[in-house]
Amino acid sequence: MYVAVKGGERAIDNAHAWLAEERRGDTGVAELTVPQIREQLGLAVNRVMAEGSLFDPDLAALAIKQARGDLIEAIFLIRAYRTTLPRFGSSLPIETAHMACDRRISATFKDLPGGQVLGPTFDYTHRLLDFKLAAEGQVPPAPVAEAPAGDVPHVTSFLNREGLIEEAVPEDRIPPDLTREPMELPADRALRLQSLTRGDEGFVLGMAYSTQRGYARNHAFVGELRIGAVAVEMEIPELGFAIEIGEVIVTECETVNQFKGSKTEPPQFTRGYGLVFGQTERKAISMALVDRALRWKELGEDDEGAPAQDEAFVLYHCDNIQATGFLEHIKLPHYVDFQSELELVRKLRREAGAAFAAMQEAAE
Amino acid sequence: MTPLLSVRALTKRYGPHIGCADVSFDLWPGEVMGIVGESGSGKSTLLNCMAGHLVCDSGQVIFDTRADGPTDTLTMSEPARRMLSRTDWAFVHQHARDGLRMGVSAGGNVGERLMAVGARNYGDIRDTAIDWLGRVEISETRIDDRPTTFSGGMQQRLQIARNLVTGPRLVFMDEPTGGLDVSVQARLLDLLRGLVRDMGLSAIIVTHDLAVVRLLADRLMVMKDGHVVEAGLTDQVLDDPQHAYTQLLVSSVLQV
Amino acid sequence: MQEYNFAYLDEQTKRMIRRAILKGLAIPGYQVPFASREMPMPYGWGTGGVQVSAAVLTPDDTMKVIDQGADDTTNAVSIRKFFERTAGVATTTVTGEATVIQTRHRIPEEPLKEGQILVYQVPIPEPMRFLEPRETETRKMHALEEYGLMHVKLYEDISRHGHIATAYAYPVKVEGRYVMDPSPIPKFDNPKLEMAAIQLFGAGREQRIYALPPHTKAVSLDFEDHPFEASKADHPCGLCGAQDSYLDEVIVDDEGGRLFVCSDTDYCTHRQEAAR
Repeated sequence: MYVAVKGGERAIDNAHAWLAEERRGDTGVAELTVPQIREQLGLAVNRVMAEGSLFDPDLAALAIKQARGDLIEAIFLIRAYRTTLPRFGSSLPIETAHMACDRRISATFKDLPGGQVLGPTFDYTHRLLDFKLAAEGQVPPAPVAEAPAGDVPHVTSFLNREGLIEEAVPEDRIPPDLTREPMELPADRALRLQSLTRGDEGFVLGMAYSTQRGYARNHAFVGELRIGAVAVEMEIPELGFAIEIGEVIVTECETVNQFKGSKTEPPQFTRGYGLVFGQTERKAISMALVDRALRWKELGEDDEGAPAQDEAFVLYHCDNIQATGFLEHIKLPHYVDFQSELELVRKLRREAGAAFAAMQEAAE
Repeated sequence: MTPLLSVRALTKRYGPHIGCADVSFDLWPGEVMGIVGESGSGKSTLLNCMAGHLVCDSGQVIFDTRADGPTDTLTMSEPARRMLSRTDWAFVHQHARDGLRMGVSAGGNVGERLMAVGARNYGDIRDTAIDWLGRVEISETRIDDRPTTFSGGMQQRLQIARNLVTGPRLVFMDEPTGGLDVSVQARLLDLLRGLVRDMGLSAIIVTHDLAVVRLLADRLMVMKDGHVVEAGLTDQVLDDPQHAYTQLLVSSVLQV
Repeated sequence: MQEYNFAYLDEQTKRMIRRAILKGLAIPGYQVPFASREMPMPYGWGTGGVQVSAAVLTPDDTMKVIDQGADDTTNAVSIRKFFERTAGVATTTVTGEATVIQTRHRIPEEPLKEGQILVYQVPIPEPMRFLEPRETETRKMHALEEYGLMHVKLYEDISRHGHIATAYAYPVKVEGRYVMDPSPIPKFDNPKLEMAAIQLFGAGREQRIYALPPHTKAVSLDFEDHPFEASKADHPCGLCGAQDSYLDEVIVDDEGGRLFVCSDTDYCTHRQEAAR
């Protein structure tokens, strides 16, 4: 006799035990430590912090270890942890103008105050596998230069002085917090930027690339890309002034984009903006391009029907935690829905069969 | 008698450029008004402002509603205006694609307005759709086909059926024959003339084609640079144009 | 690391969710936006339902979790364990004993009573989403009660198939006002939507909560001449012999032999015990 399947609980426990074993791998090989991941897989850690919306390299490294290197899984762990943290308040906006830059380049000016600083970049490496890395080895120390004195000015501020680029007017309003309030469309720029900065790197990259290939092309130049540490300051009501509570590393990208101007406004460059936790420049540049594409309405541009211009499309689909959850949920049992479809298709086929038979009979 | 539609000092600017300026007229029940002019004369802007598709800068568009009598539709609540646009008003687009649901069958396209106002009997909806397909000379056998499989002329006729099925009291038409072959145009015009006469429709037709207004319109407004330069009975305006621009328009194009 | 709060969510978040639930109950069928939190389970796996359950649970509650009608499917087990661990509430598989029932895709066969809460996991809360993808537009359509498009879809089904070809997630009109997606329950369950218990619907990924207060009218959309039919497989249950329950089809051998059994495992078990 048929007995209904049971034992979901034991199956789950067993699966978890096996997973833990697989995570560890061959015990003859030394176990990875969290500091090793933090120090040696820094860009993975950066991505997890950026898309997890939590600046904590140790927790990100732990998440990567726990997720067996699956970065989206690691981001998920961080997000699920982050959301349980109490929110004490908001910091002052970080001042990227005071950034201690590790890297600072401009594609629009050959030289400029503060100079071009390449920093630790893959840009001009030849992508040849370095077999020396397969063996352990010492790395010769990199040459050290004097840190430049004073702040490195933003490139767009030079253009701004001449009125060549649109004014980015500061707003006093505290922007809505995407992690505490539901997304509501139409979204203002602050909300769009929040969504993009934690959006999936691959998705945002693909969207940005599509604008370059002509789907809402916006002729972007990297006005400036800077990476480095900035202070986080918070106003403490009891103290009555702001104090520095820590430091985060961010990547900031400002693009300079073309703008035709109109009869009432002289031609002027426009801006796209990207700001992402950690050294994450692919993401920051992509974000700036997509930000610019999404601004078509406020800049009075045409809706070309391009995906990158479609706010609902971009914002509702860039979150990889939402996307992967919903995608993977189709693995869950759906036999109730499937059964109801099965019955319906059988019924329709039965009727179609009867109608066909009747037609044949009539023809004979 | 109350005019069905009274337009007062309707103005729409695009920055420093005038879309249409200070347009006023009355449309009486059962009357067809033609608006002619070259492209860029402001006639489409005017039509879209009246129909509520464009937000105008100033003016009034007063419609004699069934419930409350003459009401300014520009200051109406959005629900009321949207209700109006799916019951008493109809809008025939130049491109049938803009006015049809291309992924829905011909029957569904015609039935949508009925269902939107509460029709809930499938058989009745279908019978009405069949009746209307017949009136616009589309075979009943095509009722379950999608408009993508229709010719341009058929699509336009389907759009007309979809619009007229709820018996609207006012129809806006934007170049209804534009983009169609001449022979197809003639058939469509003939059909429209029949419908207008049989249903006693009130309509506002925007066109650059004087043949269309000659055939359909009782009265005519000629527009240039956003302004109405001449208005009157169709035959009067076409046969004895007063304004220099109308004379030019008539002499250069009119061969009816 | 700190221990988690009762039922995982912090009290502030629970208050926010409760406000959304109350608003939902006040406007039956209306989708209330809420700031859905990331949960320690993936979006699409019941995060909306879990958040709603977490917000309504009290230490005295007895909880039941079902997926596809069954208490022991993997995801039901996983969610039940989550609440056992984070809330320490009593759990049960007996429908009548539960005060909060979280469900995915089914309404229990046994009629629910006053005092019970049924929490649904909802993947796509917007009944018109596949007709109109833009959220700004569908919100407007709800606001202005423009539901013609909904019937166009049903019309198209009948013209093509001779029947309304929606077998689950069959839309209902709530108290003559909002059109609502009852979540992907089979349409067999639709008549049960009018019940004595409170029904709460949570869509985590889509950040929406909606609700049906007890005895709220929920009418399945249809045409007068093609009335709604709550259909199911035309068999008795192969285990308990029930004629009136929703059935799953099980393939029992390599020849494609089939058996139809109750999808509601609690209902089936009780009937079998009673017969014994």
